[in-house]
Amino acid sequence: MNPEPAVILEQIRAAVPAARPVLLRNPGPAGQDSILLDTASAQDVFRFLKTAPGLEFDLLSNLTGTDWPEPATAHSVGVPPEIPPPPAQGFLEVVCHLYSTLRREGPLVVRMRTADRAEGAHLPTLTPVYRSAEFQEREVFDLFGVVFEGHPDLRRILMWDEFHDFPMRRDYVAPDDYEYEPTPHEAVWERAKEHYAVPDGTSETGAPAPPQSLGLADEAACEAACSPLREERDRLSPNPPASDREVTP
Amino acid sequence: MSAPVDSLSQPRFVAGDNGDRLLQVSLGPQHPSTHGVFRMNVDLDGETVVRLKPVFGYLHRNHEKIAESATYLGSIPYTDRLDYICSLTNNWAYALAVEKLAGIEVPERAEYLRIITAELTRLINHTAFAGFILGDMGAWGSALMYAFREREKILDLFEDLTGARMMCNYMRFGGCRCDTPEGWVDRAKKVVAEYPAFLDELEQLLLGNEILLARTRDVGALPAATLLDGGITGPLLRAAGCAYDVRKVDGYGLYSRFKFRVPLGGHGDCYDRIMIRFLEMRESLAILREALDTLPAGPVINPKVKVRAFKPPVGEAYARIEGPKGELGFYLVSDGSPRPYRYRVRPPSFINLTLLEDMCLGRDLADVVVILGSIDIVLGEVDR
Repeated sequence: MNPEPAVILEQIRAAVPAARPVLLRNPGPAGQDSILLDTASAQDVFRFLKTAPGLEFDLLSNLTGTDWPEPATAHSVGVPPEIPPPPAQGFLEVVCHLYSTLRREGPLVVRMRTADRAEGAHLPTLTPVYRSAEFQEREVFDLFGVVFEGHPDLRRILMWDEFHDFPMRRDYVAPDDYEYEPTPHEAVWERAKEHYAVPDGTSETGAPAPPQSLGLADEAACEAACSPLREERDRLSPNPPASDREVTP
Repeated sequence: MSAPVDSLSQPRFVAGDNGDRLLQVSLGPQHPSTHGVFRMNVDLDGETVVRLKPVFGYLHRNHEKIAESATYLGSIPYTDRLDYICSLTNNWAYALAVEKLAGIEVPERAEYLRIITAELTRLINHTAFAGFILGDMGAWGSALMYAFREREKILDLFEDLTGARMMCNYMRFGGCRCDTPEGWVDRAKKVVAEYPAFLDELEQLLLGNEILLARTRDVGALPAATLLDGGITGPLLRAAGCAYDVRKVDGYGLYSRFKFRVPLGGHGDCYDRIMIRFLEMRESLAILREALDTLPAGPVINPKVKVRAFKPPVGEAYARIEGPKGELGFYLVSDGSPRPYRYRVRPPSFINLTLLEDMCLGRDLADVVVILGSIDIVLGEVDR
C-alpha cells in the first residue's frame, strides 16, 4: 500500500512549519512522489514521521545519495508541481525510503539537498532518530562526500581511510596509478617500445620494422633492472635465497 | 630462521572508558568464521566484549558505479555476484525495480517461475546457513556436508533451467530468460517431495543438541523495537517476534495468491534465529508444492519489452523483495538514457550488521562468532 505524500506533506506543514516541505512529482510510472525537506529542521520532521499517530514510519529502509552536478537534470527527474526555476548550481541529494511496519505502508520517499557540492555539502544526521542510518550515512559520506552533522562516528566505511576522493560522484575520475611499484618488466617494455619505433624517414609505409629479436635477449640489462629489487627483497625478508634451500635428491 | 613479525600479530592494548587496559583483537578478515573477508576490531576485558567495530571494504568494487556505466540489461549478471549464494533473488529484486521504473507487465507463468526459483533459493540459503552456523560452533564440516548434499540437488535444477549453478542470470525485465526444459517440473517436484525428510533428519540432529542449546540460547537477543530501529529485516526481525515479511506486506509478484504462514520467534536469540530458518524452509516447501502443481502455461517473457536498446522513461523507482537474508531493495533513477542515472542496492547483509556491536556487548569472544553467524551475511553484498 502506498502512502499519500500530498496528505503527509500537509501534516508535516502543520506540525513542523519550519520544514517548508515541497512535493516532487515522479514523472515515471512508479508513482512514488517524494517530499523535499528544508535541511534545518529535518530531524524534527523525521521524528514526527516516526512517532506521530497515523503515520508511524518506524523503518528507515533505505538511505542513499545522488549527485546532481547539472541542476537542470535533477529538475527534469523530480518535477515540483508549481515548477519553480531550477537551482543555480549542482548539489548532492539524500533520498530516504520509509516504511511503516505497523500500518504496512510505504515507501514514503523523503529527500534533502545540500547547498552545493563543495563546502556546503552538509546535512543533518538522522542517526539519532533512526539507528539504521548509521552505516548508510557513513557510506554516503564515503562515496558522495556529504558531511552529516552530528553523526556519532563519521568515517569512511568502504574505501580506506587514506582515500581522498568521492567515487560515486558523476565527475569522479579513477586514478591510473593504483599500487604502483617498479618491476623488471618496465625495462623490457621500454626496450620493446624502442624496438618497434618507426625510424625517421627509413620506412616509406610508416609500418613498424619487422622484429629482429624480442624480449629478454640482453641478459645484462635485465639483471641490472632486477638486482636492486632482489636486494630489497632480501633485506626485507631474512629467508635465504632460493638457491640455498634447494635439496639435491 | 625467523619469519618477519607483522605488527598485527602482536598483542595490542587500548584504554577502556574507565581506564581499564583492554586487549584489542583484530578478528578477520581471513578467518573461516567471518564468512568471507569481514573484519572486526574487538576490545576485550578478559573474555568479555567491551567494544566492537566492524571494518568493511575488503571486497568493495563499487558495484553501483559499475552498474551506472552499464546498460540496464548489462547489470543483471552482475547482480548475481552481490549475494552469490542467492543469485536468483538478486535478479528478481533488480528486475522488479526496472519493471516499476518502466511500468512493465509480467506474464503469469514468469511470475510463477520467479516464485519457484526464489523459494528454491531460500531453501539453499537457509540450508547452507544451518551448516555454516554449526561450523561456527565447532562442528566443522559434518553438518555443512549434509547441507551441501541437499543444496547440490537444487543447484542441479538451476543448472538445467538456467545453464548455471550459482550465477544464474535468469530473470529479465518483463519475465524470465527461458522456459523450463523437458521434465524439469517433475524433477523439481521430486526434490521438493524429498526435502522434508532431510529437514526432519537435520532438525533431529541439531535442534535438541546440547552444545547447540548451550551456545545459542539467550545469546545475542535484542528487542524487536530496537531491531526495527536499526533497520534489521528478514529472519532476524521475525525471530524477535515482529511479523514483517515483505512477501505478505507488499504481495509482490503473485505471492498474495499463495497460502503460507510467517513463522515468528519469541526471544530473538540465536536459537530462535536458527529455528526460524527451519520453519521458513517448511513454508517455502508449501509454496513450492502449490506453485509447481498450479504452474500455468503461457509465455515466460512479455514480448513487448525491448530488452536491447532499452530506455525507461524519466523517473525513479524503489522496489524491494523478501530476500533470504532480509529486505533486498533496488533504487533506480532514470534520466531517459540507456544507462541508469543512479543505481543503488539496499543490501540486507550490510544493514543487518548495524546492531552487531549491540548484540555482542557483554558476551564472550566465542559468542561473537555465533552471533555473526546467526546474522547470516555474505560479503559480496556487504562490501559491494
